[in-house]
Amino acid sequence: MADLSSAAETQASRRRWLLLAPALFILVFAAAGPLLITLVYSFLTPGDYGGVEWQASWQAWFNVFMERDIFDDTLGWSDAHLSIFWRSVKLSLMTTVLCLFFGFPTAYFIATRPKKQRDLWMLLIIIPFWTNLLIRTFAVVELIRAEGTVNTLLIWLGIIDSPIHMLFTEFSILLGMVYVYLPLMVLPLYASMERLDFSLVEAGYDLYATRLKVLRRVILPLVKPGVIAGSILVFVPSLGAYVTPRVMGGGNQLMIGNLIELQFGQGRNWPLGAALSITLLAIVMVALMAYVRAAGNQEPHRV
Amino acid sequence: MSKAFNISRQNGFTTIAITCFVLLYLPIVLLVVYSFNSGPSVAIWEGFSWRWYQSAWENDQVQEATVRSLVIALWASAISTTCAVLAALATTRTRKFKGQGAVFAMINQPLMVPEIVTAVALLIFFAMIKVSTGYTGLAYLIVAHSAFCIPFAYLPIRARLQGMDLSLEQAAADLYATPFKVFRRVTLPQLWPGILAGAMLAFVISLDDVVITEFVKSAGQDTLPTYMLGQLRRVVTPEVNAISTVLFGISVTFVIAFTVLGKIKN
Repeated sequence: MADLSSAAETQASRRRWLLLAPALFILVFAAAGPLLITLVYSFLTPGDYGGVEWQASWQAWFNVFMERDIFDDTLGWSDAHLSIFWRSVKLSLMTTVLCLFFGFPTAYFIATRPKKQRDLWMLLIIIPFWTNLLIRTFAVVELIRAEGTVNTLLIWLGIIDSPIHMLFTEFSILLGMVYVYLPLMVLPLYASMERLDFSLVEAGYDLYATRLKVLRRVILPLVKPGVIAGSILVFVPSLGAYVTPRVMGGGNQLMIGNLIELQFGQGRNWPLGAALSITLLAIVMVALMAYVRAAGNQEPHRV
Repeated sequence: MSKAFNISRQNGFTTIAITCFVLLYLPIVLLVVYSFNSGPSVAIWEGFSWRWYQSAWENDQVQEATVRSLVIALWASAISTTCAVLAALATTRTRKFKGQGAVFAMINQPLMVPEIVTAVALLIFFAMIKVSTGYTGLAYLIVAHSAFCIPFAYLPIRARLQGMDLSLEQAAADLYATPFKVFRRVTLPQLWPGILAGAMLAFVISLDDVVITEFVKSAGQDTLPTYMLGQLRRVVTPEVNAISTVLFGISVTFVIAFTVLGKIKN
């Protein structure tokens, strides 16, 4: 009998892996495998016309944050790279904070509508979410470019004489990222607010709390998992953003994603591009692990 | 008391929320409106016309890119949905199995790894294959798209399967149906809204992809989004608006269909 059940177990396991095989094959072939090759490439020497020479080297990793002065051969921090990393982190954090500022009241607004209306309001958030990122970025470009809607309107109203220079600045990247990633903040926030037990809010008021106090001491602690999830969902793609800074930054205001691309184009330094990619991946993984840990700690406190 | 105390109210929240909705849709609405502009500006309205739709329709590059986008999206959604159905059958409604964590990590990997990193990794890997085999066709794009579409196809299918009752399948098996027959006659008829939702999601995700396509494509393999990205460097005419509006329309249609599918009860 024991034999029979273990045989059935083996068969079930074989069936399971057989069913998983096609998906795992494609994912290894076109996702996980190439990542490993990228890791290997980061330890090679750049070829003269792109590509690599199969010669081991630490140079690429060294060049991620450091550089050797071309004149006196001294070691120093790579200012260009550090400023791009700093810009990426700064803009991603600002994007996250601004998305939270706009997303929190929006999610709260939707969660406090009558039950039948909520799905419709959420649909209004989901539609932009499923709309091509490039289209949405482009829509903002049309709004703020020199001959765009905002400038044309302001000139027509006589408020300004010449167009305000908004595109190709850090401000425009920030604006674009807040615009495209906002739905990612609202979705998890709404999910946790929808389950909010308003009798607890009522209890707060019964105990003479002000609205602000109820928000800070009752609502915020209860929806904290949603705040954390939303912040990570916005922060992670912001950090790796490529399209928005390319279109909104116009090649002057690079972020990490654009710096990586540069190494595979004009830079012709594939190993450095590979090392930068692995660095970005490592930062994202740390952020995701911090999230998993925060979400794990959160569980026992939830009501 | 003149006015009932509303416990769910928070000062200023409604104002911010409404502002948010307006700001979210204002750029899209303007984009759509100016696609119908008879003049070449995206800011000065000169009257209604279908001019830019016509010029996009007659543009050879746009036609080619459209066909290429559709071919890739159809293949990618077919492949990723098939893989996702099989994977969902293997990982849902079973006891915890050895390697489960690794399998989930693999399936969700395209969602966690930044797109630019995957794009670069694929550029490196496919460049190696291109050099050694000499093949530069569409298959690279189809395989790449299939991979990152798998988690999107997997999620709705898995959600649907989890809500399904195992006892019907067990009853069929008790009546001597072969496993394949059980799948075709019992599982599949219940599962199809999930499969359709997954396939549609995969289709839209593939159709919208910019970053991975931009890095994987060989010369002359522009899809609609990468064509648009290339156009943005030049002087922008409402032709790009017209293409965007069509793509936006497709997304809206699919989202609504997806929502409706999700509401179909077992």
